[in-house]
Amino acid sequence: MISFTLNGGQQSVDAEPDTPLLWVIRETLGLTGTKFGCGAAQCGACSVHINGTAVRSCVTPIETAQDAEIVTIEGLRGTEAEAIRKAWIAIDVPQCGYCQSGQIMSAVNLLQTNRKPSNEDIDGAMSGNICRCAAYHRIRQAIHDAATTLED
Amino acid sequence: MNMHVMRPTRRGFLAGTAGLIIGFHLGLRAKAATGTSVNGAPAGAQGNQFAYDAFVRIAPDDTVTVLSKHLEMGQGPYTGLTTIVAEELDADWSQMRVVHSPADDKLYANLAYGAMGTGSSSSISNAYEQMRQAGATARAMLVQAAAEEWGVPAAEITVEKGLIRHAGSGRESGFGALAEKASQVKLNGAAPLKDPKDFRLIGSDRPRLDTSTKSDGTAIFTIDIQLPGMATAVVLHPTQFGAKPAKVDDQETRKVKGVIDVKPIPQGVAVFAETTFAALKGREALKVEWDTSAAEKRSSAEIIAEYQNAARGPGVEIANTGDIEKGFAGEGVKVFEAEYIFPYLAHAPMEPLDAVLTKAEDGTIDAYLGSQSPTGDQRSIAAGLGIDPSQVRIHTQFAGGSFGRRAEQDSIYAGEAAVAYKAFGQNRPLKFLWTREDDIRGGYYRPIYVHKLRGALAPDGTVAAWDQTIVGQSILAGTHMEAYLQGGPDATSHEGASDAPYAIANKRVTLHTTKTGVPVLWWRSVGHTHTGFTTETFLDELLVAAGLDPVEGRLALLKDQARHAAVLKRAAEMADWGKPVPAGRARGVAVHKSFGTYVAQVAEISVGPSGQPRVHKVWCAVDCGVAINPNIIRAQMEGGIGYGLGAVLFGEITLGQDGHVAQSNFHDYRSLRIEEMPEVEVDILASSEAPTGVGEPGVPPIGPAVANAWRVLTKQPVRRLPFQSPAV
Repeated sequence: MISFTLNGGQQSVDAEPDTPLLWVIRETLGLTGTKFGCGAAQCGACSVHINGTAVRSCVTPIETAQDAEIVTIEGLRGTEAEAIRKAWIAIDVPQCGYCQSGQIMSAVNLLQTNRKPSNEDIDGAMSGNICRCAAYHRIRQAIHDAATTLED
Repeated sequence: MNMHVMRPTRRGFLAGTAGLIIGFHLGLRAKAATGTSVNGAPAGAQGNQFAYDAFVRIAPDDTVTVLSKHLEMGQGPYTGLTTIVAEELDADWSQMRVVHSPADDKLYANLAYGAMGTGSSSSISNAYEQMRQAGATARAMLVQAAAEEWGVPAAEITVEKGLIRHAGSGRESGFGALAEKASQVKLNGAAPLKDPKDFRLIGSDRPRLDTSTKSDGTAIFTIDIQLPGMATAVVLHPTQFGAKPAKVDDQETRKVKGVIDVKPIPQGVAVFAETTFAALKGREALKVEWDTSAAEKRSSAEIIAEYQNAARGPGVEIANTGDIEKGFAGEGVKVFEAEYIFPYLAHAPMEPLDAVLTKAEDGTIDAYLGSQSPTGDQRSIAAGLGIDPSQVRIHTQFAGGSFGRRAEQDSIYAGEAAVAYKAFGQNRPLKFLWTREDDIRGGYYRPIYVHKLRGALAPDGTVAAWDQTIVGQSILAGTHMEAYLQGGPDATSHEGASDAPYAIANKRVTLHTTKTGVPVLWWRSVGHTHTGFTTETFLDELLVAAGLDPVEGRLALLKDQARHAAVLKRAAEMADWGKPVPAGRARGVAVHKSFGTYVAQVAEISVGPSGQPRVHKVWCAVDCGVAINPNIIRAQMEGGIGYGLGAVLFGEITLGQDGHVAQSNFHDYRSLRIEEMPEVEVDILASSEAPTGVGEPGVPPIGPAVANAWRVLTKQPVRRLPFQSPAV
C-alpha cells in the first residue's frame, strides 16, 4: 500500500509500484480532470502539484508518491487558484479544453512562487504545457490578469 | 428521471435520448450522461423537457436546451448555435443550455452535406437559418400559448429576455410555466424571423457556455467516462501502413498483472486489461511479426522524388483562362520558376482518439465518442459488430481537439473500436484508447504535396502568366466519398489555387493525382494548407520582382474582389504597413479565402536564436459575413494562427526506410509552444453577408505571411516546409 495526501485527504492505494500517478488518480481514485496527452512528459496535460511543485503525473511512478502531498485540478484552492480561474473564465481561455487542467496547474504554481511574472517568466513556467488549439495568447493574458488581481 | 414527451412525432427521438440519460444513471457518473455538463446543468436541465422541434427543448424551470448537431471540439458551435436560437427566441442568455444531438441524418444533417457532419468550417454557415427558424418557431409557440392562456391577442404579446408579457392586462410569464402548453401549439405557417438590425445577442461578445467546466476539470471527454466493470483496450499497430499481424507471441503480455486477454485484429494486436496502465504494459511486452507484403514501403523521400518527377509531365487541367503559352511568349517577359514541397502532417489533437462501448440489457450498443461524423461512426461501429446501425446509439462527447482528425471518411477508427469490442467478447464496457504514439503513427495525415509554379512578368510589371502544377494524393479517392468525385479531380487537392482571386490574364492550374498506401485526411483548412502557401508566396515574389509593394501589388490584382481587398487593406492599416519596422525585423503579408471566409494577415518576424523565424506579432483582418460571436471569431483566428505557425515551423511526419513512420510523440513531432506564440491582433470586418465559418480560415495565411517576411529578411525564399525540416 502506498499512502499520500490527495487534495487534503488521506489516500492509500494498492497499485503496482511502477504505475504512473496519472492512472492512479484517474482510474483508481476516479478524478478525471487530470488528462492523458502523451505519456512522456512532453505535453503537460497531466500536470499536478506534488509538495507544492507542478509535476508530470504521467511519468511519476506511484511508488515515489509515498507521503507526498498531491493536489489535482479538483482540489486546487487558494487565492492564486481563485485568481487564475476567474481570469481564465473572464476571457474564455479554453477552446477544446482538454489541456486546460494542466495549463491551470502550471499557471497557479507559477503565481504561487512569483506573484508578478514577466512574459519570460510565463514562457519558462508554461513552456511544458502544449495547447494544440494554441490558446497561448489568452493563457498569457489570463496569467497577467490574475497577477493584477492579486496586487489589489 | 422521466421525460414527458408531448409531441408524438418526436417520440422516437426523445425516447432515444431518455434512454441515454436513464441508461447512464446506471453508471458511476451521472454527469457523464450527456458528456456535456454545461454551466453545471447536465443535459441542459433535469426533469421534464418539452420538445418544440428537433433543436429546442424547454423545461418547467425555464431552462432552454439547444440540441447541437455539431461537435464541440473547441471551435465553438455549442455557444454559436445556442446564441442563434436564443436570439430569435428572445431568451435570456442565462437560461440557455446545450447538449449534442443524437445521431440521426434525417433530423440533424449538415445542410451542406445531406448527412450529419462537422467540418469544412460549416457549422454556423449551414445552420444559421435553421437555428434562427428553430428559435423563432419556439417563440411563436410560446406566444400563442400565452395568448390562449390569457385570452389576449397574440399580436399584443412581447417577449424579452425570457419574459413573455402582455402590457394591456399586465400578465407576464417565464417560458417554463407555459412550456408544456406551448409544446402542443400548432402554428399556421413559418414563424417570422427578426430583422437583423434588431439582433441583441448576435454580433456582440458572448462568453462560451463550456468555459466554466473546462476551467475546473469537470468537463467530461470520452476518455473520462468510467463505467462499472469497464476494461481498457489498446492496440499494437504496425509502423508501416498496410502491414498486418502474422505471428503473435503474447506469452509475456499475459503475465502482466491486470491483462485480461490478447486478440489479433486486422488493424494490429489488441490487448485487453483491467486498467490502462496494464494494457500499455501488456502491449509493450508483445512480440509480433508483421506481414508486410501489402505494406507501403516507400519513404517520404522516395514519394517526394516521384511527385517531383510527375510534376514535369502534363496533369489534368483544372483551370485555364487566356492563353498560357502566349503569356509566357510575350516580348520581354521575365520567367520565374519555383518548386514547393509539403510534408505529411499529423493533426495531433490533445485528446488521443478514444471510444467507450457498452451493451445495454436488450443487446443494443451505446457508443461514446467525440466524432465529427456521428452517423458514419454509427454505421462503422455496427459493421464492426455485425449488427444493424439502428442497434447502435451514439453519444457524442466533447472532443479534446480534432482539426479534422475525427472526420475519417469511412469512420475507420470507430470501426476499429467495434472490432476490438467484438474480439473481446465479454459482456462488460470497454474503453478503447489510442496513445500519442498510435496517433502520430496512425496515418490520416495531410498528404504530401509538390507544387511547380511558373510565372511571367511583362516589362510593365504586370503578371502576364501563371502556370501551376499540383501533385498529390486525393483525400476522397479510395473511400466511400470517392463517389462524390464522379470520376473527376478532387477539389480538395487544388482548392485555393484553381480559384485564386487575382486578375491574371493567362492562367493555368493542372493536377496530378497520386496513390500511396498512406491514409490521408483533411487537416485544418485542407487543400488551402498548401495552395494558400504557394499562391501567396509565389505571387509575392513576382510582385516584389516587379518593383511593387506586396499590398499595393495585390490590391491592383483584386479590383473585382472587394472582400479580399477589404481584409487586405484593413490588415495593412492595422500593421501600419509601409512604416519602418524595428531593426532586425521584417514583415510579410498574405490574404486568402477559404470556406467562404476572407482573412488577411501581416506577420512581423526576426531571425530567432536557433536560426528559425521568430514571429513577434500578427495583425489579422477577417470577413466572415455576419459575426455571430466576435469573442469566438477572435479566438479561432488566434488559434488558427498558432496551429498553422506550428506546422510551418516544425510539423513533419516522415516515412523512413521501408515506409516506417519516423516520429512517435511530441518530442519529435513538435507543437508550437507558448514562447513561440506571437502577439495577435484581430479585427472583424462589419458585414451583412451570410455568416461563414472561422474554424479553419485563420490557418492558410500565416505560413505565407511568415515566409514572405523571411524572404525580405534573409533573401531566401521558402520552398519546403517545415522551416525546420532536417531535409532542408
